Amino acid sequence: MTRVLAAVKRVADTSGEVVLTEDGQGLDGRFAGWTIGDHDACAVELAIRVAEAGDGSVTVLSVGAPEAVEQIRSALALGAGAGILVETDPSAMGPADVAAEIAAVVSGAAEAGEPYDLVVLGNDAADTGDFQVPIRLAHLVGRPIVTGARMLEVADGVLVAQVQGPYGDETYELPLPAVAAVLEGGAEPRYPSLRGRMAAKKVEIDVRAPAGSPSGSGRVRWHVPPAASGEAEVLGEGPAAAPAVVEVLERLGVLR
Amino acid sequence: MILVLCETDPATGEVDEVSLETLALARALSTEGGGVAVRAVVVGPVADTDAVAATLGGHGATEVRHATGDGVASFGGAAWATALDAVRQETGSVAVLAGGTPRGNEVVAHLAARLAVPMAANVVSFEGLSPLTVRRQVAGGVALEEMRLSNRPALLTVAGHAWQAEETGAGPATWVESTVDVPAEELVARVVRTAERAADESGSLTSAPVVVGAGRGAGGPDGFGPVTELAELLGGAVGVTRVVTSLGWRPHHEQVGQTGSRISPDLYVACGISGAIQHWAGCASSRAILAVNTDPEAPMMTRATYAVVGDMHEVVPAIVEEIRKRG
Ligand SMILES: Cc1cc2nc3c(=O)[nH]c(=O)nc-3n(C[C@H](O)[C@H](O)[C@H](O)COP(=O)(O)OP(=O)(O)OC[C@H]3O[C@@H](n4cnc5c(N)ncnc54)[C@H](O)[C@@H]3O)c2cc1C
Repeated sequence: MTRVLAAVKRVADTSGEVVLTEDGQGLDGRFAGWTIGDHDACAVELAIRVAEAGDGSVTVLSVGAPEAVEQIRSALALGAGAGILVETDPSAMGPADVAAEIAAVVSGAAEAGEPYDLVVLGNDAADTGDFQVPIRLAHLVGRPIVTGARMLEVADGVLVAQVQGPYGDETYELPLPAVAAVLEGGAEPRYPSLRGRMAAKKVEIDVRAPAGSPSGSGRVRWHVPPAASGEAEVLGEGPAAAPAVVEVLERLGVLR
Repeated sequence: MILVLCETDPATGEVDEVSLETLALARALSTEGGGVAVRAVVVGPVADTDAVAATLGGHGATEVRHATGDGVASFGGAAWATALDAVRQETGSVAVLAGGTPRGNEVVAHLAARLAVPMAANVVSFEGLSPLTVRRQVAGGVALEEMRLSNRPALLTVAGHAWQAEETGAGPATWVESTVDVPAEELVARVVRTAERAADESGSLTSAPVVVGAGRGAGGPDGFGPVTELAELLGGAVGVTRVVTSLGWRPHHEQVGQTGSRISPDLYVACGISGAIQHWAGCASSRAILAVNTDPEAPMMTRATYAVVGDMHEVVPAIVEEIRKRG
């Protein structure tokens, strides 16, 4: 019975244009819509796989605006069984604040006698990209952590994680309870079934007030750099352009 | 004192390019701050200490602290942070920097958690020292955040290719060995096995001088023949878009972009790639881009340095043939 907590963040979809809020404090998702990041989507997928293999359960947690229930429900539709929303204004929170809120949920569950064996999170948020929440969380709850995991497996109380290291494929083995930060690309996230979507609608989400007050992130404001000039030198059309291309290769010194 | 965590390949002893770029930013910070010393720290086994001392010295580090011991022989984020923190305390460093690599970000985040101070990941520039104000990449590199780091030590990692590595002409850095003791509880999470990647899966994508990329325009897994051939002819690597990896046409480690590798080759040949921002985030720092696309209005075509309008299945083989003809 592996009890898994999967933390996800509601972020603006940036697959189209990147639009900032008027105050420059972050991405504006009003037009593009909202989603969870790719790392988070893979974290949910791996959480469900671990739970399925270990006859366990997945609880989905989000720290954020009331609307983040949409992202919680989409994870519930995939196979998570319970949802928790710590309702806050996410723009006021820095990575240490988010980690503290998740830690409060983890510690609370342990105190209530229903501890999570494994907490999985996306390696970094698709918007703020802080690279810290999972590690700060692990420190706060005193658990070992693996980051950059692309595959997770639990057997006999041990978490085996696969990581693409700089010099080869690395294996970590961590005793549970543990924390894992997941990187996109190791597993293809599943699609919700109709039954899953129907069931997700019925789950009552546990909405909580934050445990602490935020200290912020040091953010002044965001900027979107101007797009590149759009002045490509057209070398020609079709195969006839090949000689011109090779001349460019020679000029750039890349032809060996 | 500014301390820079530098990564080296344990087998070859080569210093990671991003570490050298980070040293360049550290030196700029030092100049701005009145010339405080820049020191490097290297953790774990080093293949050739003389070579590393020469490289790091030549890029502006006056001293290299080499942290060794059983606890840091294989990588573990918490254990390496212990080593980094020990050197930080010994040297009284006011700023600790690392490359914005998975390891750099991990180790510095452990240090930040331990010291309960803020950290800025993937910094591209700084704009003032009091308080230290930085700009860093957010949203996968498509936007920048201006952020203040008022606490000391200031902790930051530097985005790849944001700074250019620069040799100062200085001689080798002084090499100082220090053994670190890592408490048992910090050794719980560390690498227990490393399987060498097959040669064709090597991390050459990020260091290749030329990358030949292909997207949905390749049409299927069989559409990569000429692309691979061109990459081989130019001594480069193959890079692909997410559409290509999602469809299973090519493996994920070839993906360029926000959720793939960031590349900065001398030339990126982008064939049948629309140039969506998430892909652009991974290739924007290429020195030159040549786009091959049937659609002259595709974002990749307008942003590229050079463009060829046409079907990649005709254009790429013609380029290959032309190179062979001249070679
Ligand atoms: C959160 C998030 C993260 C993402 N991360 C990444 C990432 O890391 N990397 C990435 O690449 N994408 C990423 N994407 C996906 C990205 O938004 C695009 O969908 C993707 O890059 C498009 O791939 P493509 O250019 O191959 O395909 P398309 O957009 O379909 O473009 C195909 C192009 O090929 C041209 N073409 C077609 N046939 C031919 C031919 N025969 N010859 C020449 N040209 C031809 C077309 O004109 C078109 O321009 C991400 C998306 C999201 C939402």
